[in-house]
Amino acid sequence: MSIQQYIKNVFNAVKTLLKGMRVTGYYFFHPKEIITQQYPDNRATLKLADRFKGEVVMLHDENNEHACTGCTACELACPNGTIKIITQFDITPDGKKKKALNTFVYHLELCTMCNLCVEACPTGAITMAQNFEHSVYDRKQLTKILNKPGSKIRAGVE
Amino acid sequence: MHQVLSSTPEGIFTINVGPQHPATHGVLHLVITLNGETILKIEPHLGYIHRSIEKMCESLTYRQFIYVTSRMDYLSAHINNHACALCVEKGLQVEVPMRAQYIRVIMDELTRLASHELWWGAMAMDVGAFTPFFYAFRERETINEIMEETCGARLTMNYMVPGGVMADIHPQFQQKVKQFIAGYKNKIAEYNELVTGNVIFQNRMKGVGYLSTEDAISYGCSGPVARASGVACDVRKRYPYDVYAQVQFDEIIETTGDSFARYLVRIREMEQSVRIIEQLIDNIPEGDYQAKTKAVLKLPKGEFYQRVETARGELGVYIVSEGGTTPYRIKFRSPGFSNLSALNEMAKGGKIGDLVATMGTLDLVIPDIDR
Repeated sequence: MSIQQYIKNVFNAVKTLLKGMRVTGYYFFHPKEIITQQYPDNRATLKLADRFKGEVVMLHDENNEHACTGCTACELACPNGTIKIITQFDITPDGKKKKALNTFVYHLELCTMCNLCVEACPTGAITMAQNFEHSVYDRKQLTKILNKPGSKIRAGVE
Repeated sequence: MHQVLSSTPEGIFTINVGPQHPATHGVLHLVITLNGETILKIEPHLGYIHRSIEKMCESLTYRQFIYVTSRMDYLSAHINNHACALCVEKGLQVEVPMRAQYIRVIMDELTRLASHELWWGAMAMDVGAFTPFFYAFRERETINEIMEETCGARLTMNYMVPGGVMADIHPQFQQKVKQFIAGYKNKIAEYNELVTGNVIFQNRMKGVGYLSTEDAISYGCSGPVARASGVACDVRKRYPYDVYAQVQFDEIIETTGDSFARYLVRIREMEQSVRIIEQLIDNIPEGDYQAKTKAVLKLPKGEFYQRVETARGELGVYIVSEGGTTPYRIKFRSPGFSNLSALNEMAKGGKIGDLVATMGTLDLVIPDIDR
């Protein structure tokens, strides 16, 4: 390689490098095109997608009533054994025994947010919430009971 | 031990790269035999992230096992799920509604774009350029946001179910994708200006990591790695599934077989993905997004195989069914494993400094190799 060729190569390399730097320079002077979000400082304005799968929650209405019949469809649909449903037998006014939900145990630490339980639920009792900040100091806190204390099944849900 | 050392010719020694090394993109362990700076042999040691996904799937039902496959090649999670859903549908003989097929293919191509974005950023970082990583992640973030809006997750979506997709697309989906696609073509030009045209980058890539057509075939390489060596192996073209038979796109083939060819194949594949999405996004037909299937899926006794083109190559799903609710045996043919096994051929005789660049063009995802 002649010395001229060598200098030409170096010059050429610097030229293409500067050409690439033009792109970098453009964004340096156009900060509005930067999309970085300042999490967690933007917690107040942070808006997650409606369908974002953060954790499973049970829907309760204003009368503290839910739509869970304790049919265990979600428990069977879950691939990880995240859900454990404990049922009890209620006595209906006409004296019959009826299966009802006692405790809806949800192990958040096992959950992969695959949405299969929500899909499987025949009454739409559970849904996915947008909360994603799940870190706690004790893993026991991740085992949750989804039905609120004193809640009962909404009338008319079979 | 002493004898082994003394019998080694002078200058030949062995070094370990990984399993904890940033350039191996995961827990890959390479045992490299060197003569000075020249590579004599590369031996990949696997198993550091083996989670026995195949065995795990045997205890899960045909609806449940799909979510696990997102964890194999997590960068093309959609496409993995797609392969499994197609294989189960083949067994059930379910007709998937056209709307679902369109949505699936658009999602696949968006995933491919996102995966190639990440590869491009990481690839440039492997050869020493840090800035491209941010530009790549900027576009990837837009795709992730589209995914989040429709599928509810950014990486492991679990959106494909046997019979269609889990939920209908978000009302804003089409508009957002079109907006993204419109701006994206300029971005590819930007990438070419920033990295592809750079002489320093080209010198690192050209003529390095050569893989011949014969070797690519005999090692079972697939995807961009094989296509850069002149093997026409795009599953979307050769064995079309869903609506791929109806869309117009080119199968990108390079014949040089070096690292730069593999780089170019992926860059040009991004353009083709954009082309596929452009053709489909305006024409999503109305109708159901999911076919009616039974609550408990049972595949008839037999063997079912389905292959798809992931961002890395050909993924095969092989299900053996005994007629029950769970598969008797599942085997995944992952593209990364075969592509990695050709690394020895590529890097042999080269310098160790070029190894990381060669490995970058393989686009390795270690959980896909180990499963």
